[in-house]
Parts: sequence; structure tokens; C-alpha cells
Amino acid sequence: MKAGIVLFPGINRERDMAIALERAAGHAPRMIWHTETELAGLDLIVLPGGFSYGDYLRCGAMAAQAPVMGAVRAHAARGGYVLGVCNGFQILTEAGLLPGALLRNAGLRFISADCHLRVERADTMFAARYQRGAVFRAPMAHGDGNYFADAATLDRLEHEGLVGFRYATATGEVTPAANRNGSARSIAGIYSPNLRVLGLMPHPEDLVDPLLGGVDGAPLFEALAAA
Amino acid sequence: MKATVTVMLKPGVLDPQGKAIGQALAGLGFAGVGEVRMGKVIVLELAETDPARARTAAEEMARKLLANTVIEGFTVAVDGA
Repeated sequence: MKAGIVLFPGINRERDMAIALERAAGHAPRMIWHTETELAGLDLIVLPGGFSYGDYLRCGAMAAQAPVMGAVRAHAARGGYVLGVCNGFQILTEAGLLPGALLRNAGLRFISADCHLRVERADTMFAARYQRGAVFRAPMAHGDGNYFADAATLDRLEHEGLVGFRYATATGEVTPAANRNGSARSIAGIYSPNLRVLGLMPHPEDLVDPLLGGVDGAPLFEALAAA
Repeated sequence: MKATVTVMLKPGVLDPQGKAIGQALAGLGFAGVGEVRMGKVIVLELAETDPARARTAAEEMARKLLANTVIEGFTVAVDGA
């Protein structure tokens, strides 16, 4: 699949994302500047991690208003695939492409540590190379990753099976201790109703090479490359 | 005309910064401080001279950008009329 990565001022994980995508697909993704408005021909648009616009006002609030976002919205409305990681997840919620919001971590501290993610469903394009219930390791690097939505929205997400990934222990138990940023119902990642937009707080793109300590994130990018 | 938009997290939304401020105040010996909530104040200089229209405009700005109404509420005060 043809992928593009959107670059907003202040984004800093776009090269990690490009490496992960190229490693799996064998060709480099297109880099898209935030002022571009023509995204035709792309199957997947990735909003990477970082600190777009310096996290001014709210994380992702400014990026959600950038010129490129009209094209991202149109792409999603056409049924195109969108992946938002970390700041990208925040941007997707600010843009209204996914419900809820990412609040300041419950413990107030920026968390830079690995977490374990439990795969809540594997019958999606993104998670197809994992097994349902599988646990994989992913680095976290965020100050505002505490997923929040009102109770009705959380119930709807659960009922419709749109919770993609939860923070868990290495053995797959969803516990308060494993939920280090305090996210509602330990939610680390959610899908849109058509399962084509995924927002995910941790960074699978940073664990795709044995030299970096593991390849836990590689199946996600292999699935994207094969789709 | 000046419009002041005050943005606060909705009741029930965890405010860890407010909590930390409350704990720091207790640490400084200030007794009798209950819950502390932290928000933002955004002051807008508007060309508009009609207070009602200025308020409507500021409210629209708050809904579209200044506040995230999933988690935040806002109030608008207009002065300089």
C-alpha cells in the first residue's frame, strides 16, 4: 500500500515512522508537508509522534486545523486508512476523527518507558499479523496520554469493539499498575467504526529492529505493507 | 473590544495539575484549601464594537478552537464597550 507521513512543525518521530514503513514495504513513504492539500493516490496516511506546534493550546489542537487536515478528513471519509501515533492520536481526537481526548498523564510525569499492549482484536488491517489477546512491547514517550471519554462514549467503544489495544502486564493482564498514564479502561488505542482509522498512544515504530532491542512492532508494519 | 475566554476542565474530568497545586499549597502550610482546578484564560482584542456580536464571535472561537468541548467548558466575558 502507498503510505504518506504528514509532517507538522514540531513533529519529531516522522523518520522513525518512515524507517518502519520502508523496512516493511521495501519503498519509502511520501513525506507530506502540513500545507499540502493533495493526497490522491495514497492508501494510508500516517500522523506521527512529536510535539506539533509546541503543544500550544492543547496537544494536537493546532495541527488539527492545519491545511492538510481537510485532505486527511476527505481521505478518511472515502474509507482510506489513517494511523495516528502519540501526537498523531491526539491530533485525530482534536480533529474529531476519533472520539475522546488525551489528558495529562494521571501521575503528571512525562512517561518514557516501555509498556505492554494487549491486542483486543486482530481482525483489522492494522492488527492482522497479531493474534487476538497477544501481548507486545512498545515504547511510550508522552506527557498527555491519559485517554478520556465520557461513560457513554466508552460504553459505545466497548460495545462496538472499537478498542484496539489496552495497556497490560507482560502476561496480558489489564491492571491499574500496567496503566501508567491513567487511561480510561486502560485504553491505548481505538479504531473508527469502519476500523480504518487507528489512534495509538505508544510507538510500535520504535521497535522494528533487533538492534533497538526487539521487533515487537514489526507485525503492524508488515500488515500495512501487505495490505 | 476585549473578550476574555476562560476555559476549564469539565467537572469530573481529572485535573492532575490542580491536584498538584493543591498539594503544594498544603505543603506551604495553607490550610482549608479544598479542591483546586486549573484552567486557561485567553484574552482576545476584537475589532467588533457591538458587545452581543463580540460575545457570539468569541463563543464561536471557543467552540471551534479555544476549548475542546469533549473535556472542557468555557465562559466568555466582554468588556471595553
